[in-house]
Amino acid sequence: MLKRHLRRALQDMRSNRMLSLVTISTFALSILIVSSAMLFFVNMGDIMDGWRQGIRVMAYLQEGLNATDRSTLKVRMESLYGVQQADFVPKAQALERLRTQMGRQTSILDNLDSNPLPDAFEIQMIAASQSWDKVEQLATALEKLEGVSEVEYGQRWIKRIINIFNLFQLTGTVMGALFFMAAVFIVGNTVRLVLYSRREEVEIMRLVGATEQFILAPFYFQSLIQAALGGIIGLAALFMMYMLIQSRITTDMATAFFQPRFLSPLTLLGIVGCGMLVGWLGCHLSVKQYVKA
Amino acid sequence: MTAEADHAALIRLFHVHRHFHATRALTDITLDFYRNEFLFVTGPSGAGKTTLLKLLYRGEVASQGQILVDGMNLARIPRKKIHLLRRKFGIIFQDYKLIPTRTVYENVALVLEAAGRKSDYIRKKVQSVLRIVGMDKRQDTLPPNLSGGEQQRVAVARAVVGDPTIILADEPTGSLDAESAGLIIKLLKTFHTRGATVIVATHDRELIRSIPGRIIYLQEGRLTSAPTV
Ligand SMILES: Nc1ncnc2c1ncn2[C@@H]1O[C@H](COP(=O)(O)OP(=O)(O)OP(=O)(O)O)[C@@H](O)[C@H]1O
Ligand SMILES: [Mg+2]
Repeated sequence: MLKRHLRRALQDMRSNRMLSLVTISTFALSILIVSSAMLFFVNMGDIMDGWRQGIRVMAYLQEGLNATDRSTLKVRMESLYGVQQADFVPKAQALERLRTQMGRQTSILDNLDSNPLPDAFEIQMIAASQSWDKVEQLATALEKLEGVSEVEYGQRWIKRIINIFNLFQLTGTVMGALFFMAAVFIVGNTVRLVLYSRREEVEIMRLVGATEQFILAPFYFQSLIQAALGGIIGLAALFMMYMLIQSRITTDMATAFFQPRFLSPLTLLGIVGCGMLVGWLGCHLSVKQYVKA
Repeated sequence: MTAEADHAALIRLFHVHRHFHATRALTDITLDFYRNEFLFVTGPSGAGKTTLLKLLYRGEVASQGQILVDGMNLARIPRKKIHLLRRKFGIIFQDYKLIPTRTVYENVALVLEAAGRKSDYIRKKVQSVLRIVGMDKRQDTLPPNLSGGEQQRVAVARAVVGDPTIILADEPTGSLDAESAGLIIKLLKTFHTRGATVIVATHDRELIRSIPGRIIYLQEGRLTSAPTV
C-alpha cells in the first residue's frame, strides 16, 4: 500500500514538474535562510561563551604604593562580593606578558626607556557570579577603593555586542516563524492546485470505491517528499556557503580563539524533520478544505 | 408479493422522488430489484434513467423516499462508509469516466488497489479481465488514444474487475457500431451468468431484444407499465 502511494506521489510530481520545482525551491530557500540564522547563532554563541569564560577584571594601581598598601588592598578586594582571588601583577610582569602576546613585533617595546605600564591586580571572579551585571557592580566597587586608578574588565564593548546579538536572535526567530508560515502556505497551495486540477480523477476514484484516505495519501507523500528534498538542497547550499566562508575566516584571522563549526548531524536531521512537518501541515490544511468543499 | 421474493430483493426503492429545483427527474418510484436479475431501464431521453441509476450508488441523493441496497439504507450511510456501498457496484458510465492520464491497465487496476488487494492478485486479475474484454494487447495505452468501442471495453473491464454484486450500465451501446455493441452485449451476458445482477439503462431496442430480462419503463420520471412509443 505504502509503495503504491509513494509511486503515485512520484508520478504526480513528475506530471506537475513546474509546480513541484517551485515548491521544492521555496522549501530550499526557507530552510537555507532559517538554518543559516541558526548556524550564525551557534557560532556566535561559541564566541561569546569564550568571552564570558575569559571575564577578567584588571584593577590598575596608582603610582607609589608600597607593599603594605598592596596587601591591604588585596585583602579588601578579596572581601568584595563575587571575588575569588586577587593576584598582584607587577608592571615588569605585565610588560613581559605583552611581549609574548605581541610575538614578532616586540621591537616597539625594545625601544622603550622605561616601563609605561602600571602595577595591577588581576581579579578572578567566582564562576557562578560571572554575569555582566555582577561584573559591572564589581568594577564600580573596585574603582572606589583607595589606591585604584582605573578598572578594566574584559572589553566593555562585549556587552554592547551581546545586546545586538540578542536583538538578532529575536529577529531570527521572527523571520523563522514568517518563513514557516510562508512554507505552509506554499505547500498548501501546491496541493490545492493539484487537487483541483484532478477533480475529475478524484471523483472517479470515489465512484469506484476508493476511500478518502486512499485518494489523499499520495498528496501527503508528495508534500513530505518535496519538503525533504527542499530541506536537503537548502542544507547542502548552506554547507557550501559555510565551507567558503570558513576557508576565509581561518586564513584571514589566523586565530585560535574561535573554531567555526557546522550544525551537528542531529540538528540537520531536526531541520529536515521540521521541514517535513511543515509540508505535512500545509498539505493537511488544503486537503481538509478540499474534502469539505 | 411473497415473503420469499421480499427476502431476495437486493435493491428496494420505496416512494422515491428526485427533483432538481423545478425539474421532477423522478416521481414516486417504488421498485424492487432481485439478485441475479437482468434488468433494463428504458424510456425516452430525459425520462430519468440516469438519475435512477445514480440514486443506487449515491451519485445522487433521493429528495424523498427510501432506498435499500443489499441491506444498506442509503439515507443513513455516513460519508466515511460510502466506499463500502460503491464497492458493491461495477459501473459503466455513459461517458466512460476513464482517467485520461492513466493507462488502460492502471485504470482497471485502480479498483483493486483502492480495495487494498495484493499486487500479485491485482496483476493476475487485471490481466485476465483485460483478456476477456479483448484489451490485453492495449494495456499500456492511454484512454484518449483508444476508439470509443475500445474505451467502452475498458470501462466494462473496470466495472467487473472487482467482482461486484451489481453491474450498472448507462447506455453501454449508445455510441458504438454494431460490432462493438455486440461484444458489449456478450460481455454483459457473461457476467450475468457468472452471478452478477445487471441493470442497464438504455433506449437501444436492439440491446433489449438481444437479452432476455425484465424491462422497466420510465416516462417523465414515472414508472409506466406499458411500452411507450
Ligand atoms: N444535475 C442535474 N441538475 C438539474 N437537472 C438534472 C440533473 N440531472 C438530471 N436532470 C434532469 O432530470 C431529468 C432526467 O435526466 P436523466 O439524465 O436522468 O435522463 P435520462 O433518462 O438518462 O436521459 P438520456 O436518455 O438522455 O440519457 C432531465 O430533465 C434532466 O434535465
Ligand atoms: Mg442518461
